[in-house]
Amino acid sequence: MVLKPRLEDIKIIGYYLGKIILGLGLTMLIPIIIGLAFGEINPALDFLIGIEIALIFGLILIKLCFTEKDLNWMQGMIVVSLSWLAAMLLGAIPLYLSGHWKSYLDACFDAMSGFATTGLVLVQDLDHLSYTHNLWRHLIMFIGGQGIVIVALSFFVRGASGALKMYVGEARDEKILPNVIHTSRFIWLVSIVYLILGTLALGAVGVLNGMKPINAFFHGACVFMAAFDTGGFAPQSQNILYYHSLAFEIITIIIMILGAINFKMHYHLWTGNRREIFKNIETKTLFITVVVTFCITAFGLTQIGSYPKAIVLFRKGFYQLISGHTGTGFMTVYARQFINEWNELALVGVICAMGFGGAVCSTTGAIKMLRIGIIFKALKQDLKRIIMPERAIVVQKFHHIKEIFVEDRLARSALLITLAYLVLYGLGAIIGMLFGYPFINSLFESTSAAANVGLSCGITDASMPAALKLTYIFQMWAGRLEFMSVFTLVGFFVAAIKGKR
Amino acid sequence: MNNDLVSRFTLHTPRFIFERAACSLQRVAQHLFLFTFFLLPLICYAQSISSTELINNAKQHDGKTVTYEGEVIGDVMVRGNYAWINVNDSQNAIGIWTDKNLAKNILYAGSYKSKGDWIEITGVFQRACLEHGGDLDIHAQAIRKVRQGREIIERLNIGKRNLVFVLLGALCLVWILKQLKRK
Repeated sequence: MVLKPRLEDIKIIGYYLGKIILGLGLTMLIPIIIGLAFGEINPALDFLIGIEIALIFGLILIKLCFTEKDLNWMQGMIVVSLSWLAAMLLGAIPLYLSGHWKSYLDACFDAMSGFATTGLVLVQDLDHLSYTHNLWRHLIMFIGGQGIVIVALSFFVRGASGALKMYVGEARDEKILPNVIHTSRFIWLVSIVYLILGTLALGAVGVLNGMKPINAFFHGACVFMAAFDTGGFAPQSQNILYYHSLAFEIITIIIMILGAINFKMHYHLWTGNRREIFKNIETKTLFITVVVTFCITAFGLTQIGSYPKAIVLFRKGFYQLISGHTGTGFMTVYARQFINEWNELALVGVICAMGFGGAVCSTTGAIKMLRIGIIFKALKQDLKRIIMPERAIVVQKFHHIKEIFVEDRLARSALLITLAYLVLYGLGAIIGMLFGYPFINSLFESTSAAANVGLSCGITDASMPAALKLTYIFQMWAGRLEFMSVFTLVGFFVAAIKGKR
Repeated sequence: MNNDLVSRFTLHTPRFIFERAACSLQRVAQHLFLFTFFLLPLICYAQSISSTELINNAKQHDGKTVTYEGEVIGDVMVRGNYAWINVNDSQNAIGIWTDKNLAKNILYAGSYKSKGDWIEITGVFQRACLEHGGDLDIHAQAIRKVRQGREIIERLNIGKRNLVFVLLGALCLVWILKQLKRK
């Protein structure tokens, strides 16, 4: 029997949602400071409006729903899924006010794309966008990549046990340190250290490449945030092609791979346990899938002779592939070139890479390496069972920080999430085809949205149907949260309508 | 009078009409020849091609001399004796590889605070330039400034300013109500 949610449930959800909205609103102070520093008054006003609306909503929710009770699992999951929707709606306000988005829906699309670290864009005339708005586009990737709730956990929540429920709801089922708040702070520490190093490296390359120092370091910070958080936005409309630089591309590849690695792995690397990287199932699986998908893509590109030199194949073929595999979405080709100059085999390689994704507890989306590894191990275990004598006891293990046995429960969970992703990729592709786009184009764009990648073959455009924009927003949201929070929210609404008191 | 009659009669003979028509056709053919082989290439050469056309039909234009025009955006990135400039024709931006002396006249590059110079580039289009890691680019042979850019002076948006004050008032009200409730 389904029970109708009580008023108390709604109050607890509203209270924590209000707190997270307050935290989100306060992050708008950063672009305001940048706006004032660069003398961009109107963009700073856009963010003042945004922050005020966020604070008003946050305070009203806290006031109306004030409670001292802690969250349970269901409430924690709902808070997370609603927080992401609230972030999209509030984060889109300053974007829309800039006049660079044709509609509020378009601004919401880019805001969700940013928070979910996807990288698909509907912005108009990006090359004339202010520093203030450009910083915000990349900052929301940084916030979304670490996790919106992690921002609140790190700075606004003190020791609440409900923190764990929100942390898990945000698709982070692994704790690095025993305390979830310490884990959140460690994730921030890693990100900030890499932010400083990455910005310096990219900025220096920019200066050497002939950019003005102020632009070089601003671009460096923005591109770092988009690369480490596997987002894919860039400050210019040509994305990474703007820089025309091999050094820039190599540095972004390194940052993208760092972003696709489990934060737990970063912890072990930082504490001197470098052997973990060679033993871990995720790094092994990542290496194998990158090699296999690149072979498919390279074979496809060689078939049609698109890129005849090895360095060209690396900078065009491998770059798009690793960008897709890590879920980043940086591009050094134009969207239409995928369709016009790449054959279907090469596109299938990239689609598979996008669908696989990076490590769990990283900033990537998609199925993820741990699940692929577990499924492969489970398959191996079943094959051994068939081949070996009936009396033989077949045991399969894998190494992920520690030795873990492949149990049916683990395999089932990995398969269920994988299946959910495959359904999401397919669903978006079917909807794309309903709007008249060819199969391969639809599948490419749908996988890119649902796996939070951001590579585009040209479908994503301000002129695409509103229903398709909403489909991709849903895919980005559900894909980023790995379904559980979204399913819980749907269940909550069903219970509110059909449940009994 | 007789002569007149004769000439009028001769003028309307089928042979005369045929000869006249043939003469006219010859003249048209001469004009067509001139237009096709001399004027048409000149017109086509001067007419710039859009970035969308270049990207969508890259194989068709690969290795050919094209004329492309648009606004210089971002930075003029000098690399040794050459420079990269990115030129946006309001549809897409394309990278232009040019001798740095050709880029000397560029004063404004498009950004939030400036409208970039509008330039016309004549150069060789490369679908996947082997010299530049497969970039889709144009190697400039000539650059002509069509319009000079300018700085954009930002005026305070009064509507936005007023909205900030109204929302600030509402925020203060909510804050006070929250504090009162606590007390």
